[in-house]
Amino acid sequence: MQLNHRIPSGPLTEKWDRFRFETKLINPANKRKFEIIVVGAGLAGASASATLGELGYNVNTFCIQDSPRRGHSIAAQGGINAAKNYQNDGDSIWRLFYDTIKGGDFRAREANVYRLAQISNQIIDQCVAQGVPFAREYGGLLANRSFGGAQVSRTFYARGQTGQQLLLGAYSAMMRQVKAGKVTLHPRSEMMDLVVINGQARGIVTRNLITGAIESYAADAVVLATGGYGNAYYLSTNAMASNVTATWRAYKRGAAFANPCFVQIHPTCIPVHGTYQSKLTLMSESLRNDGRVWVPTRTGDKRPPAEIPEAERDYYLEKKYPSFGNLVPRDVASRNAKEQCDQGKGVGDTGLAVYLDFSEAINRLGEVAIRRKYGNLFDMYEKITGQDPVKEPMTIYPAVHYTMGGLWVDYHLMSTVPGLFVLGEANFSDHGANRLGASALMQGLADGYFVLPATISSHFAESSLPPITTSHPAFTEAMDTTKGRIQRLLSINGKRTPDDFHRELGLLLWDYCGMARNEAGLKLALGRLPDLKEKFWQDLKVTGSGADLNQTLERAGRVADFIEFAEIMILDALSRQESCGCHFREESQTGEHEAKRMDDKYSYVSAWQYQGEGQTPKLHKEHLVFENIQLSQRSYT
Amino acid sequence: MTIIHLTLKIWRQTGPESKGSFKTYESGPITTAMSFLEMLDVLNERLILSGEEPVAFDHDCREGICGMCGSVINGTPHGPEKKTTLCQLHMRHFQDGDTLVIEPFRSRAFKLVKDLIVDRSAFDAIIAEGGYVSVNTGGTPDANAIPIPTFTAEQALDAAECIGCGACVAACPNASAMLFVGAKISHLALLPQGQPERSKRALAMVKKMDELGFGNCGNEKYCEKACPKGISISNIARLNREFMRAAFCSVEE
Repeated sequence: MQLNHRIPSGPLTEKWDRFRFETKLINPANKRKFEIIVVGAGLAGASASATLGELGYNVNTFCIQDSPRRGHSIAAQGGINAAKNYQNDGDSIWRLFYDTIKGGDFRAREANVYRLAQISNQIIDQCVAQGVPFAREYGGLLANRSFGGAQVSRTFYARGQTGQQLLLGAYSAMMRQVKAGKVTLHPRSEMMDLVVINGQARGIVTRNLITGAIESYAADAVVLATGGYGNAYYLSTNAMASNVTATWRAYKRGAAFANPCFVQIHPTCIPVHGTYQSKLTLMSESLRNDGRVWVPTRTGDKRPPAEIPEAERDYYLEKKYPSFGNLVPRDVASRNAKEQCDQGKGVGDTGLAVYLDFSEAINRLGEVAIRRKYGNLFDMYEKITGQDPVKEPMTIYPAVHYTMGGLWVDYHLMSTVPGLFVLGEANFSDHGANRLGASALMQGLADGYFVLPATISSHFAESSLPPITTSHPAFTEAMDTTKGRIQRLLSINGKRTPDDFHRELGLLLWDYCGMARNEAGLKLALGRLPDLKEKFWQDLKVTGSGADLNQTLERAGRVADFIEFAEIMILDALSRQESCGCHFREESQTGEHEAKRMDDKYSYVSAWQYQGEGQTPKLHKEHLVFENIQLSQRSYT
Repeated sequence: MTIIHLTLKIWRQTGPESKGSFKTYESGPITTAMSFLEMLDVLNERLILSGEEPVAFDHDCREGICGMCGSVINGTPHGPEKKTTLCQLHMRHFQDGDTLVIEPFRSRAFKLVKDLIVDRSAFDAIIAEGGYVSVNTGGTPDANAIPIPTFTAEQALDAAECIGCGACVAACPNASAMLFVGAKISHLALLPQGQPERSKRALAMVKKMDELGFGNCGNEKYCEKACPKGISISNIARLNREFMRAAFCSVEE
């Protein structure tokens, strides 16, 4: 397998322009001759579907939800970054580029990230034109706020529901193309396999989640925008149905999986409260702008927070990182919370939580002002916990939130399978080893609105794409494989539910491949996977049939894939013996317990290639070249 | 943390054509920190192990924003708490020994799929008629080119917060979708970007809404009460105004 990144030559600032000039275009009249499949209808999938439809391509868009307006992008709270410099506070495309590369701990491609920063400004223009009601200043211009890890105010937002408003914008644009007949929707459809013919991605196999019918669709290109794999951990801030199945099936058909061990653990989530817990809820990190993080100075201090005097409170982030304080990047904040709890200073019933305290800000700005800023987040917190953050500090703990890893893609966002494009969280491309706040929305929309529509034409112009229908034997083979697998899941008739297995897998990964990793733990976890997989296929219980709506069967299929997927996650974490960004190998830390990179050995993207059932996947390395910035040890002190 | 026990009367129906009925289950021990959907998860795990098909219900984000969940609890869509989706309803709001009647969102336009799941694609069909600003990607003016007063932007966002869950339809005696449609019409009619298509949008979306079998608003306000996002019924007034304005004053068909 060759990893050809296809980054255009020339100076960094001119690469995207040069690419667009040099790329081959498809004549407007010919675009309607091409069929494109888009899987997923979150920000990336919906924006891509809308734009490809506008350009004249024929698009079939699939999603597992009942409506394409429900992709999990909708839950993003905080905002979207752009280098507009509307606040005149020293921002620029270069600064957004630099912050993103540095925030990712120098494990992302310069060219991709620079392009992202360039496009960020067009995204905001586009969204405003669609009628996205961003927050505004009294003069009528757009408001901005600063967000985790940035020293400029470049984040555009719509209260605490920016993701919702952006997704509804993209969804509306896509529905316009549905009306125009250019996009055909397939809701409640789950992709079960990728069909590769003559080395090109030419279609997919799906399961109709209502009728159970196994269906197949042929196309000239397949676009995956199926999100991340955070639910491998069972508990995460992802939606319940978020899964790795689409990307995992593509991996098994030849697409390399990049940096699977890069998982972001978000510092401000509501702590776990019981074993029945089904998911974790994020509290936007914008709260860290005014909330102060602390724990009692004394270990095992179980007094209620109000009874702990100021002198016995340890504002550990402000103390350790005086210039960034509570606004350090997510990975740093998460690891420090874990460190405090590991020392026995954690608070709450479980001791796995720290305080996020607004009392100082309320005293300074008044309760009204604080409620105006965070009212909906406070309400959300109170709804779940029954406690009012104005009266007592919030308790928070890190939770799995976002996966920087994903299918390997080149500058065109094409995977190692020609004709298979991957967008948004499903690809690995822009965030390196750690994503900055308010950058996921930016990347999803950049990929969908602007990058893919510009790159996909060169695939069509330069490839030979003989006409293919679903009667091709490759489709029959993929459909038979899918049917066989479903039959197998239904026929085990064991004693454990899919969720039961999922929980076991999640705990294993959280304990050994979570916020801190070491060789012994990773090897132990790796050793347990074959047994877990065997038990799953021997003792699983799925009720009902495959011929109608069966949510247990849906979950079983996804859990089976998570169990397989966990192997490359752990292998990747084992092979990367450095710490970088969110990947913290205990063996590689500085004197101050910060992540210590080893640039001479690990300045690469790892890309894992499937080698067949039971075979160890093969590791390929794409070496990262930094021509425009100086690598430095990340420091937020 | 307190443990409670509940009696659950849940609507079971295998498919759109089959006949449904209530079936009674004992919840078993439920901690009050659980969410309503986690309570159903616990029940479903037990049903699976006993070989009975679990209760099918829609849900996804479990943060109150995707709009996928929703059932009628003791006659109220999304249950007794104000401005709360079913996934954000916690069991501390119920008492030990309570009986809960759990049904799907019922409406002619929302065909039942299975148990508590209904087909809400009619909402997508209404949006496809005009719930957007017709701009293609690219070529848009600078985001700050048109100033919008804070108040206007906030009012538009109040309407745009609709999550499309369908509780308004389930709550309405006429199964009207006018709160949903009014929210989208208002969001775009309030903003300068929505002006060029203002009339066309109102006419087309209302026409589709009628076609799909949703009823008319009778000013009962059940929708506003049931709405988990607190969308105000004043959006229906604005919808009526927009429709009248378009029907009488616009040159558009």
